[in-house]
Amino acid sequence: MLQHSDFRTSSVDSESISINDGHKLKRFGGELETMQNQTYWQQNLRLIARCLVIWFVVSYGFGLLLVEPLNAIRLGGYKLGFWFAQQGAIYVFVVLIFYYAWAMNKLDEEFDVKD
Amino acid sequence: MDLKTLTYIVVFGTFAVYFGIAWWARAGSTSEFYAAGGGVGPVANGMAIGADWMSAASFISMAGLIAFLGYGGSVFLMGWTGGYVLLAMLLAPYLRKHGKFTVPEFIGDRYYSSTARIVAVVCLIIASLTYVIGQMKGVGVAFSRFLEVDYGIGLGIGMGVVWVYAVLGGMKGITYTQIAQYCVMIFAYTVPAVFISLHLTGNPIPQLGLGSTLADGSGIYFLDKLDLVVTDLGFKEYTTAVLGNNINMFAYTLSLMVGTAGLPHVIMRFFTVPSVKAARASAGYALVFIALLYTVAPAVGAMARFNLMNTIEPAPGQNLVYEQRPQWFKDWEKTGLLVFEDKNDDGKIQYTADMSTNEMVKVDRDIMVLANPAIAGLPNWVIALVAAGGLAAALSTAAGLLLAISSAISHDLMKGVLTPDLSEKNELRAGRIVMTISILFAGYLGLNPPGFAAGTVALAFGLAASSIFPALMMGIFSKTISGKAAVWGMCAGIGVTMLYVFQHKGIMFIPGTSFLGGMEANWFLGISPNAFGIVGAIVNFATAFVVGKVTGPAPKEIQDMVDNFRSPGAAGAAHAH
Repeated sequence: MLQHSDFRTSSVDSESISINDGHKLKRFGGELETMQNQTYWQQNLRLIARCLVIWFVVSYGFGLLLVEPLNAIRLGGYKLGFWFAQQGAIYVFVVLIFYYAWAMNKLDEEFDVKD
Repeated sequence: MDLKTLTYIVVFGTFAVYFGIAWWARAGSTSEFYAAGGGVGPVANGMAIGADWMSAASFISMAGLIAFLGYGGSVFLMGWTGGYVLLAMLLAPYLRKHGKFTVPEFIGDRYYSSTARIVAVVCLIIASLTYVIGQMKGVGVAFSRFLEVDYGIGLGIGMGVVWVYAVLGGMKGITYTQIAQYCVMIFAYTVPAVFISLHLTGNPIPQLGLGSTLADGSGIYFLDKLDLVVTDLGFKEYTTAVLGNNINMFAYTLSLMVGTAGLPHVIMRFFTVPSVKAARASAGYALVFIALLYTVAPAVGAMARFNLMNTIEPAPGQNLVYEQRPQWFKDWEKTGLLVFEDKNDDGKIQYTADMSTNEMVKVDRDIMVLANPAIAGLPNWVIALVAAGGLAAALSTAAGLLLAISSAISHDLMKGVLTPDLSEKNELRAGRIVMTISILFAGYLGLNPPGFAAGTVALAFGLAASSIFPALMMGIFSKTISGKAAVWGMCAGIGVTMLYVFQHKGIMFIPGTSFLGGMEANWFLGISPNAFGIVGAIVNFATAFVVGKVTGPAPKEIQDMVDNFRSPGAAGAAHAH
């Protein structure tokens, strides 16, 4: 659903890197900013992808698809698969959101795009 | 003090608090009316989202569903929480950065099209209106059962309460009232659960009690015992009972998650926080507050089921004599939600999975939470609290939905499309008038529920999942997707979903008009109509992708706009800060 064009990094074309020319320097600055924005966005996408893999594994993986083998393992009175489906997945969701918020705040500072 | 007087005191005490807050937080500008002035902190917003989100369905129905579905009920637990992960990462921060008041407004801006905005308004109104009917019914039922007033009068009182704080305070009043309502709701939900868990397992924390051994000294784990009790009577094993089949559970969970992330009254709440950072955090806090109830619900459900079975048949073969049934049993029989029929004329109650010998002909799942304190023999003030909690759940969600509807009409249709030169003062007045009309209309529908009311919540999620979520997500994650693509996508997604629901449940749910029947044999891959929203969403994405390829990319300035809301600090972030 994401289009490939969004993942493309813009390449700074070689002719614009000539520092003597003021006009071209300005253009270079603009492209640098665009490049930075794109790196920021790509790191965001990578972070989201990592989080959503975990999101999928704990709910659809442990809670639904792998529930039968996991149910052989016990967590106190809980069968493990059942526990993930009715308790564990929810706890992991909470942690994931806070982790994402924390990591993005760090990324915002790194790229100096705090609001 | 008798239960009725106590319930009156508790319920009207909470109403007095809501009115006080409404007066204190009345709205003076459109920004306050639609987005609480953009100054709600993330913790407060999280709590308000919790109350906004947890409806009569979460408070009253969910634990009952889990009680009878067992493991199959997990779809609701995961589905109605996992959507917040999607919201926090895929939608909320960018929508907040764009900084407008409503969801259709964002769609109209991003897709540079009034058509897209109007299609979004229509999707929003259908989804929210169908949802609000359920809340109104919840208000009427809670009043008639606990305060023994007429259903219609109860509904009227509920409408009056919502009107006072929603019309006076708009989003601002609703937000602060919802915070109070969340506290009432969570207290009312957990107190009985703690008592029951302590009583059954000796562990006061329901989440741990569910995994503990029974307190009767047998050393058997509670869940093992429950599995044993239900399978003895021929029911499916509690901890492994699947809902339909695995594909259905998968699709159902995914539909609820995507639907959750696409419900406009929840998304709207992210416009009320002061920054992108706060938007991300408030999704986390929201889920914390929601998880408090959602992780207790499985314990409430399982323990209610156990208590019910145990009351009827304390030990195998020792069935309860009907004449000796407890008071709560008699009370619920009066409502017709609990029905006993002595099929073998032995004067005892047999409750089994076998339809021909089962004598508990009707056990409405909605009574599980409401009857739970009485079944467990808890004091009257706990029962009064549950009544106040149920009302808080229904009222807070109704208010949020009504605000979403009225802002879509006054801000998107009137100010945005029909009469753009509306002054702020008049827009605020229009917002209040539309809100009043919406409340009256919702009340009318609650009083005369249309035939399709039973399937409404499912439809609301299906609609949100198949129309609004994909449009928002594509608008953020693709710079090039065009307005035409989004419009076609939304129409196709919603169309397919409605067609599937209607073909199995009847056109507008009118019995007899379903042309493929409700039976499972005709379900596509065994997916139940309630779980079909995700298929609609995929159709939406696919259609938009194809139309987008044909019609070409969005213009340069739109692509710049996308760049802008993707980054919290990028230039041009002037509005609403």
